[in-house]
Amino acid sequence: MTFMKKTLTASIAVAAATSMAISTAHAEISDGEVRIGYLADMSGTYRDLAGPGGLAAMEMAIEDFGGSVNGAPIEVFSADDRNSADVGANTVREWIDRDNVDMVGGLVASSVSIAVTKVVEENNKLAIISGSAASSITNEHCTPNHIHYVYDTYPLANGTAKAVVDQGGDSWFMLTADYAFGHALEGDVTKVVEESGGEIVGGVRHPFPTSDFSSYILQAQGSGAKIVGLANAGADTVNAITTASQFGLTQSGQQLAGLLIFLNDVHALGLQATQNLLLTTGWYWDMDEEARAWADRYYEEVGARPTMVQAGIYSSTMHYLKSVEAAGTDDPEVVRAQMAAEPINDFFARNGQIREDGRMVHDMYLAQVKTPEESTNEWDLYKILSTIPADEAYRPLSESQCDLVQN
Amino acid sequence: MMMIFGVPLAVFMGQLTLGLVNGAFYALLSLGLAVIFGLLKIVNFAHGAQYMLGAFATLLAFQYLGINYWLALLLVPLVVGAFGMLLERYLLRRISHLDHLYGLLLTFGLALIFEGTLVNFFGVSGARYATPEVFQGGLNLGFMFLPTYRAWVLVAALAMCLFTWFMIERTRLGAYLRAGTENSQLMQAFGVNVPLLITLTYGFGVGLAAFAGVLAAPLYPVSPTMGSSLLIVVFAVVVIGGMGSILGAIMTGLAMGIIEGLTKVYYPEAANTVIFLVMILVLMFRPAGLFGKEA
Repeated sequence: MTFMKKTLTASIAVAAATSMAISTAHAEISDGEVRIGYLADMSGTYRDLAGPGGLAAMEMAIEDFGGSVNGAPIEVFSADDRNSADVGANTVREWIDRDNVDMVGGLVASSVSIAVTKVVEENNKLAIISGSAASSITNEHCTPNHIHYVYDTYPLANGTAKAVVDQGGDSWFMLTADYAFGHALEGDVTKVVEESGGEIVGGVRHPFPTSDFSSYILQAQGSGAKIVGLANAGADTVNAITTASQFGLTQSGQQLAGLLIFLNDVHALGLQATQNLLLTTGWYWDMDEEARAWADRYYEEVGARPTMVQAGIYSSTMHYLKSVEAAGTDDPEVVRAQMAAEPINDFFARNGQIREDGRMVHDMYLAQVKTPEESTNEWDLYKILSTIPADEAYRPLSESQCDLVQN
Repeated sequence: MMMIFGVPLAVFMGQLTLGLVNGAFYALLSLGLAVIFGLLKIVNFAHGAQYMLGAFATLLAFQYLGINYWLALLLVPLVVGAFGMLLERYLLRRISHLDHLYGLLLTFGLALIFEGTLVNFFGVSGARYATPEVFQGGLNLGFMFLPTYRAWVLVAALAMCLFTWFMIERTRLGAYLRAGTENSQLMQAFGVNVPLLITLTYGFGVGLAAFAGVLAAPLYPVSPTMGSSLLIVVFAVVVIGGMGSILGAIMTGLAMGIIEGLTKVYYPEAANTVIFLVMILVLMFRPAGLFGKEA
């Protein structure tokens, strides 16, 4: 027995020594290169909110950083996930197995992001999600290997839905995209509406993506609700708003509440169709001097104004690289701890902080789409009504279902 | 209030009307496919892209040349159709003696090229094309508010379907065409220029897609990917109707629009799937399609 015990102790000691050796070996950049994968929808519904523009933003950050970390060059891989969780997960698996990629960024459709975080966790790498909306990514789907950066469905609901109910819009009909993101947003909105004294009188879950919304708009008209909440994104939202205006939804006294509207959506729809729409955003290119300066540089590079996601990709890449530099390693655990230790205040994030559940909380903004008369140029689209402070915007840790949070 | 399967009558009627509008649209698109497949045996996977080109041409012609909707309705199908004829003459004809699969691959590749090129220049968010002045507003049908433009789409699409059916099934030109595809050598012996006939037919099919594209421009955001999602549905319609059957494509298009419309009320989650479910059932019990001739 003593012998057994001794062997056991000895082997533990050996194991500990080896792991220490490994961790010292880790205290440098693996393969002498920092390898970053950019995964996003490059050709489909969500292309314009992240897509090639997001890749350009990531490359801008790397260039501004100097192209290398502590002498180790930075290499970027990019791929189109075609909004498919399978394609996304397989691409990332390949990147990790074949190219030894250290961090995956971009990440748009929530279903893809959730699949990718599983792969990243299995292989102990890091993912920084900038495009996805589902708040479940840092709630029930949280892992120690990913960070959710720009926004999520919680502040969208908290900002927009609360403002709408406060203005008297107390009965809602929900038009929901039938997948992880839509369900998460619908859940968060329902909670906020009910807590603010309103009620959900009906709803319909439409397939993703849908091009013809006429049938759903007709159902919304028939519901008698004051507010039609759009728990969808990208081309779906654009289609729904267009159809609603064709069917005279707003003329008959109902109002639309877009819960996830990106700058490019408003740009595509035009101010005539979107004027006065309330929305919550994590960033707006024209919100202050610093934001404008970066947006001008981006405009020169890409030829369009950046969305909050594209700005967030720059900011998160920069924060990642700084953390790798400070930690002297690209070991995901160490880097993530370093990223969480430093508050984030740059042209994008105000009062930014990465919490233990992986959520990057920062100030969010309630905005309203300008009227055609108010707008002075093609991209002059929002006015910021109020700031939602970082500590109020996101789901409080006390309500978290994430295993990493000690409740 | 009268209820039909738990849905108020007004809502039910409204959905039926919308289903009919969408159905007319499906009919128009699947008609073009059916003409091309039925007469030329080409599986035209570029049909969705050609529909998209129709919508884009309408938008760009307005933005850069100031061409209005009515002129576009006439010109765009002709221009895109002529472009289709070039494709037939210089690409499809070269592989006409090979298996159908090659035509499918070629047209699929062309579709990807068209879409990719336009995505590169215009992105995917799409642009708006204003509804023509005369069609602003809507009709109050008592049970619903129907935007005037959708009523026009229904009328225009059905008229075009009837015209095509009449041309192919009831005129001398149509008879030549049908005979030419049945036995081209014999027809050529009679002095009919069959290759020209084939080029014209392909151009006509493509023109139909472009016509649908012009009709769609004020309805949906004009974007490079607008055709690809529709194409699969339209193929299912053609398969259900019977590959190559003109009447089958029209009737099935209308029926599928209605079935899809009703699914959107009773079980919206399945709205994108229901047509394929019907397709499987039809393939199981009537493999040649509802209007197809059993081989």
